[in-house]
Amino acid sequence: MSRSHLPYDSGGMGKHIVILGGGTAGTMTANRLQRTYDERDFRITVVDQDDDHVYQPGLLFVPFGLAQPHHLVRSRPQQLNTAVDYKQTRIERVDLNGRTVYLDGGIRLSYDILVVATGARLLPEETEGLTGPGWGENVFTFYDLPGAVGLRHALERIDGGRVVIDVADLPLKCPVAPLEFAFLADWHFQRRGIRDKVQLTYVTPLDAAFTKPVAAKALGGLLAEKGIELVTEFTLGEVDGPGGRLVSYDEREVPFDLAVVVPLHGGAEYVGRSEGLGDELDFVPVDPRTLQHSGHPEVFAIGDAAGVPASKAGSVAHFEGEVLVHNIGRFLAGQSLDASFDGHANCFVETGFHKALLIDFNYDTEPLPGHFPGPVGLPLLKESHANHLGKLAFEWLYWHSLLPGRELPGIGSAMPEHGKHHAHA
Amino acid sequence: MPTATYGDTAVPVDDEGFFIDPDRWNEPMAEQIAREAGIEALTDRHWTVIRFMRAQYAEKGTGPTVRVLGKTSGVSVKELYQLFPKGPAKTAAKIAGIPKPRGCI
Repeated sequence: MSRSHLPYDSGGMGKHIVILGGGTAGTMTANRLQRTYDERDFRITVVDQDDDHVYQPGLLFVPFGLAQPHHLVRSRPQQLNTAVDYKQTRIERVDLNGRTVYLDGGIRLSYDILVVATGARLLPEETEGLTGPGWGENVFTFYDLPGAVGLRHALERIDGGRVVIDVADLPLKCPVAPLEFAFLADWHFQRRGIRDKVQLTYVTPLDAAFTKPVAAKALGGLLAEKGIELVTEFTLGEVDGPGGRLVSYDEREVPFDLAVVVPLHGGAEYVGRSEGLGDELDFVPVDPRTLQHSGHPEVFAIGDAAGVPASKAGSVAHFEGEVLVHNIGRFLAGQSLDASFDGHANCFVETGFHKALLIDFNYDTEPLPGHFPGPVGLPLLKESHANHLGKLAFEWLYWHSLLPGRELPGIGSAMPEHGKHHAHA
Repeated sequence: MPTATYGDTAVPVDDEGFFIDPDRWNEPMAEQIAREAGIEALTDRHWTVIRFMRAQYAEKGTGPTVRVLGKTSGVSVKELYQLFPKGPAKTAAKIAGIPKPRGCI
């Protein structure tokens, strides 16, 4: 692979790029920068608070015994190019005007470019009663590793009753994951021969199974086919663990014996402590096409941390990364940025019974049927065994191809149009 | 394009009755839109939310979600549902004469 010198004179003094967050987006960005440009042009520092890089798509499978928890976690710095400096410490705040990151223990990092890639944070304590009595007993989340492991034991114990999957509110990471959980739960209880004793309910704040009409119809159809009840426009106000009730803000109730709740999400805590950096929910608002912060052009955000109207998903971080790395080079060279990120997302939706469907969409085009990436490819919005194999193969690609910053042959940042059927829309 | 008539004025709205152009709105219209949404009288607390929605739209180009409203408007999510029982973000946006808030996923 050829590396290009930046078209400017760095005067022998490399610029310092600081990347906050060593997860999917931060790791890919660091490695891609290192692969794309000459390392004499800049040095890169990645900061994160721990050494646990979790393969988050695997969390969905843990409750069903289909993934082993310890297989999902690897070292953060070991995923980084050896030329990248890794600092493991808590981030105190960012001083945007002073272009300085304050770390725990009085350490300061000054930067020429800042990339915010600290993802989304689960906020279960913001919902009344969610972390109260019942939390970890009959109320769980599978959005973190301890929750997913606890849920695995709860699912092993349950012999029947009402199992409810609830999305507290938007935004959430991997918006299809709770639907996948419902599909896999149906399969799980069928395999155990107790499906007729279990009532499955999917509860969402949306007015349908998914946001966009064509996918909402297909996914809602799958719920109905599998006998999973759908409750819509339910914004979670309170969880009553001992009483086994979810209560919405408009005072509707859904009873449960086991509740699987996707908690509210927000950005990283330090974002809230950094004046001018984040929005009300501590996400970092950036231009949806260039990923550049509006008030501070040397600041960018990528992945779940970014306040853009795209899905919070690993595929989005991957597609954003291509544009971001290109734009960082242009910015350092004093050139105008390319406004080329189109909101592209691509998600395998596991539906149980060794099948999955695939959805592919962007800011302007909703998920449509057809084939990906072209007319001869994986079927879109349609269950198939090939898509399930694709989802399984993805784990290897994640560690060995995506994180190291390699491109996937034939799959670029921009959403492919050919192969899609608009007639169904 | 559909229109809705408030007082003697016809204004363009979308299929769900949200204003296309917030500049066509005035305060007397809000009372009528509220009644059509099942809210008999607008209190000071309603007006706090309505004015906040319009200011947010002017600043950001979209109305806030109910969660952001609860964090930033000075009215809690619980009270927002008491004031606008059928979904505060949508109902308040309609009464405030701004387009339907864009939910993201």
